[in-house]
Amino acid sequence: MRVMAQMGMVMNLDKCIGCHTCSVTCKQAWTNRTGVEYVWFNNVETRPGLGYPRMHEDQEKWGGGWVRTAKGKLRLRSGGRLKRLSRIFSNPKLPGLKDYYEPWTYEYDTLLNAPAGDDVPVARPKSLITGLPMQIRWSANWDDDLGGAPEYAPQDPVLKKLGDLVKLEFEKTFMFHLPRICEHCLNPACVASCPSGAMYKRVEDGIVLVDQDGCRGWRMCVSGCPYKKVYFNHRTGKAEKCTFCYPRVEAGVPTVCAETCVGRLRYIGLFLYDADAVLAAASVENEHDLLEAQRAVILDPNDATVIAAARAESIPEDWIEAAQKSPVYALTNRYRIALPLHPEYRTMPMVWYIPPLSPVVDAVSSTGADGEDKDTLFAAIDQLRIPVEYLAEIFSAGDPKPVEYSLRVLAAMRSYMRRINLGEERDESIATAVGMTGRTIEDLYRLLAIAKYEDRYVIPAAHVEAGLALDEIAGCSLDYAGGPGMGGTGPFGELATVPASVETFQLTKQRAEANRYADLPEGTGAVDLLTWSGGTPPRGMFPPRRDADGQDSP
Amino acid sequence: MNSFIWIVVPYVALTCFAVGLSWRYRYDKFGWTSRSSQMYENRLLAWGGPLFHFGILGVLVGHVVGLVIPADWTTRAGLSEENYHRMAVTTGVVFGLMTVVGLVLLVYRRRLTPSVFRATTGMDKAMYVMLGGVIAVGMYNSFVVQLLGPGHDYREDVAVWFRSVFWFQPDAGAMQGAPLSFQLHALMAMGLFALWPFTRLVHVFSAPVGYLVRPYIVYRSRDRHGSARPPRRGWEKVGS
Ligand code: SF4
Ligand code: SF4
Repeated sequence: MRVMAQMGMVMNLDKCIGCHTCSVTCKQAWTNRTGVEYVWFNNVETRPGLGYPRMHEDQEKWGGGWVRTAKGKLRLRSGGRLKRLSRIFSNPKLPGLKDYYEPWTYEYDTLLNAPAGDDVPVARPKSLITGLPMQIRWSANWDDDLGGAPEYAPQDPVLKKLGDLVKLEFEKTFMFHLPRICEHCLNPACVASCPSGAMYKRVEDGIVLVDQDGCRGWRMCVSGCPYKKVYFNHRTGKAEKCTFCYPRVEAGVPTVCAETCVGRLRYIGLFLYDADAVLAAASVENEHDLLEAQRAVILDPNDATVIAAARAESIPEDWIEAAQKSPVYALTNRYRIALPLHPEYRTMPMVWYIPPLSPVVDAVSSTGADGEDKDTLFAAIDQLRIPVEYLAEIFSAGDPKPVEYSLRVLAAMRSYMRRINLGEERDESIATAVGMTGRTIEDLYRLLAIAKYEDRYVIPAAHVEAGLALDEIAGCSLDYAGGPGMGGTGPFGELATVPASVETFQLTKQRAEANRYADLPEGTGAVDLLTWSGGTPPRGMFPPRRDADGQDSP
Repeated sequence: MNSFIWIVVPYVALTCFAVGLSWRYRYDKFGWTSRSSQMYENRLLAWGGPLFHFGILGVLVGHVVGLVIPADWTTRAGLSEENYHRMAVTTGVVFGLMTVVGLVLLVYRRRLTPSVFRATTGMDKAMYVMLGGVIAVGMYNSFVVQLLGPGHDYREDVAVWFRSVFWFQPDAGAMQGAPLSFQLHALMAMGLFALWPFTRLVHVFSAPVGYLVRPYIVYRSRDRHGSARPPRRGWEKVGS
């Protein structure tokens, strides 16, 4: 047993109202730059729907994730290492910009500067990629809230799997929102696909990151990730992905998406898991066993042998304590109602979901029946095959049982708590119907419905050596020209900056050597050599001149 | 003049190449990338990219064999001069054609796809001119001189000079006998090497061969996070 710690997240889908606050705050924090205009580390999909990028779940097409070979070994779906290397000159599985969308802006200038005339000036959309006027035909949430569902929803790869079962009749339709971030997988296909070895899983907390200095732009991670959660910065030529807001998490505060979530539906905490058991668990033959295998890899943090093994791996005491109080462990392994997203990709994703009961409740209530009555809800779960099987395709490799169990627990909690709210007597039989006790149901209710900030986010601060810690505090290490942490000037950064190259050499050097972020000179320092008119030395390429009195002058 | 071109220029170019590369690697790892434009356009790239790259890799091997291995070694290994020549010309023509077709596709794509053209920097353009020039003259040598023309045994002059540069006993006289087009090819190549470290061509040196042998999942510790900046005084790590 080799115990490792892993940051994990659970989202309670019943409470997601699809407001996209998480996406927007994430974008403002991480991807408001040129080159990543189309990048959404966090996005919220309406299901059934196409998702983002369009139809990313169709692995026949995109070749993401792992497959189990006949011999029982794991292999990346995109083939062996040599095959992947032979394709770095043009990766046939790479989504094009059209599979995301072409980012655009509007010619706002014409609104202000148009000469007086009879026609009202309009701001035409202009592509941020080509700089030319464009027609907007698709974007990140084009089918939001089932918009255009008759046209788009039937193409949903998950719905297609269900086949004839589904005829999306308007009155009988259902929908829910699915917020997605990188899963920070235990067996990450993106890391395995990276030819440069620039992607890595952090030993301390399992966060999966791209080393921006090591990435060489081979793009294999983008196609390797079955969730399409690695993006290519087309300006800098580097891969970028959700960072689990590691600078925040290291300081013990939750990710931006969780912090700002309007529905307060996200939980963050630690898992302790057995790193030696991951590969075997990801290779189990029957896809329906993957969920249980994944749960079994996660260790019980209250078990004395696990605690001893964790100490042996020098996991700090407060981290073990945090793992014991972890809300995510409680939801995945104790109450067993949180499920992983697409376990059949065999990457062991570490962002889990509590499936939504709302499609069932809505269906029941719309018939006029009592949407809070246990028996009615149980019967509905049994009868409403379409939502249940759809959820099963997403959360349990098509096995309806785990989804049914989660929904039953939620239904039982609903009717058990109603009695309390109405001042009626507690009805243990409701709890025993799902194999729980009244006490545990109330505990679960507290966690799901009224948990306070510090109960939803149990994040121990990182232990770093003092020197390094101060180093990081002095300025976000990603916060440099063109880097992932760089704040742009507009909502999408600057329109045309020179990508990191020889023209910004001196700046990069200063960045690498500066002791404090504040020591860095103002401005981007980017000067295009071909447009440089001579005279003064181009900014950013040479060290600042020193005057006689030792003062730096630009 | 002769010694300037064949003694001074190569060392200037090589210095520029070596110092430039190490400087860039030290200070601009972030800019060290192939900066792929595949996301913008893939129909032409799907052909042009592999054609050009596999072609140029073949050309590279040909140059190594032709320039580095002395003629009498191959003769002693049992390869007659005539056979060597035939082999060199056929492989040269095949890989050369792949390279040229690929490059033409890539340049056409770069110029005529608005998104790709917009993402092209000045350095890229300079690089394309140099690279295209070297390849054009090289193809002239392969086709017009070697295949259709009288042929020229560059292993007697160009290769001799090439090796002499690396022994630090540059033999400028050896280049005297080479046809003008061969001299031009060598000269332009030196220009390209001098420019190399400052262009996206640096990605050549990160050819990910290590991928074939490393474990699939990479773990790194937060503490080992390398940083180019020296620790501030008083904050050095224990033992450093
Ligand atoms: S979800 Fe995240 S960790 Fe998993 S394969 Fe994709 S990018 Fe990698
Ligand atoms: S902020 Fe919360 S409620 Fe709003 S879309 Fe995101 S996850 Fe859903």
